[in-house]
Amino acid sequence: MKESPEGLYERLLEGDRRAAARLISMVENGDHGARDVLKMLHRRTGRAHIVGLTGSPGAGKSTLACGLAGRSRAAGNTVGIICVDPTSPFTGGALLGDRVRMQELAGDPDVFIRSMGSRGALGGLSVATNDVINILDAFGKDLVIVETVGAGQVEIEVVKYAHTCVVVTMPGAGDEIQAIKAGILEIADVFVVNKADREGAQRTLADLEMMIETRPPGDGAAWKPPVVATVALNGEGMDELEDAIAGHAEYLRSSGLLEAKTEQRMKAELLGILDLMVLRAAGKALEDSEGKELVRRMVARELDPHSAAEEVVAYLLKRAIG
Amino acid sequence: MEKKIRVFLCKPGLDGHDRGVLIVGQAMRDAGMEVIYSGLKQTSENLVEAAIQEDVDILGISILSGAHMALIPRITGLLRERGAGDILVMAGGVIPNDDAEVLVAEHGVARVFGPGSDTRDIVAFIKERVGGK
Repeated sequence: MKESPEGLYERLLEGDRRAAARLISMVENGDHGARDVLKMLHRRTGRAHIVGLTGSPGAGKSTLACGLAGRSRAAGNTVGIICVDPTSPFTGGALLGDRVRMQELAGDPDVFIRSMGSRGALGGLSVATNDVINILDAFGKDLVIVETVGAGQVEIEVVKYAHTCVVVTMPGAGDEIQAIKAGILEIADVFVVNKADREGAQRTLADLEMMIETRPPGDGAAWKPPVVATVALNGEGMDELEDAIAGHAEYLRSSGLLEAKTEQRMKAELLGILDLMVLRAAGKALEDSEGKELVRRMVARELDPHSAAEEVVAYLLKRAIG
Repeated sequence: MEKKIRVFLCKPGLDGHDRGVLIVGQAMRDAGMEVIYSGLKQTSENLVEAAIQEDVDILGISILSGAHMALIPRITGLLRERGAGDILVMAGGVIPNDDAEVLVAEHGVARVFGPGSDTRDIVAFIKERVGGK
């Protein structure tokens, strides 16, 4: 069943969930038809508040996402949730189990949940995820939650460009804070200590507070990330989390940072797409006879990879311009 | 990125046993498929909605409760009703042969894999039916 991009776009605007689902698959599969629809979609995006949710496996991200979505629904909003789980680098397969933690939302047609495997093919994840965010945004979702395991550059990149980035941790893992220090601290707009009914929660909360107090001043220093204690399973602390996210959204609007964030995100999107395009074009160029000659010269130690890369870039630019 | 086969494995109705369906899920994952699992005790409506949102190629229904003749026709009926009749439906669990024949002949089930099935056969069946799509 091959449908025209225009047809798919129309159905999407009419609220056809099958069309949205199909378009997301096309994006995941790198289908060229998806690009045409995404081009049309762009001017319809920009309405949704995008919340990124990251943290270690088992911290409770899915349960928190479910709780946040339920609250947003109760307030009359529609919600989209994207759950990214790792794809096996060995078999290419994935077992996507986030829906199991989202039973309360099942069957609500105004909550669109999509499970994605990270697939990992040539760094396309952030581009694909951004495309899916845009699809759900244009599809009319007021809140879009992106959930991903915070273990790796690309996974962090995905949530980094959300409007509000929530970093989830849990008590009992001293090393947890260490892990958070390296990279995730800088991107958090809100911290959550989930499973706060467990031993050591006070310690984890205090450690986080201390880290925030002592962090070096930088961009966005006017915003002090709140630390929220939650027990997602029974809803404890969820009001506070909702308030913290709403507070951050309000801060973005009133401080004028929203435009800067949007600019950042668009730039990241563009660079991501360019990255893929150039990489693909370069990969293709290496297949032809001149490309093979480059490789041969490198193997013979007549040419180093850095110079070879410069030659490829020059060749691609020349071909692109004229 | 090439097309991946997406499978939704589900447990409809009052049935608390998911060891079998999870083993099947692992085999599918190891065969390079993306497997989404529903969790236990789902209503037919919820499962069909999830299958649509996830845009899966295959819906795998696992039932060990004996309610297969009520639940499976209901699910396949809902799929058709909501314009998702092209999703290939497979079933597994404790389903007697006579019932399996009826499900395949009259209720749009592609195949029933009962106890003792080899996961390699399940994977091969899926690849044959949707692999080249």
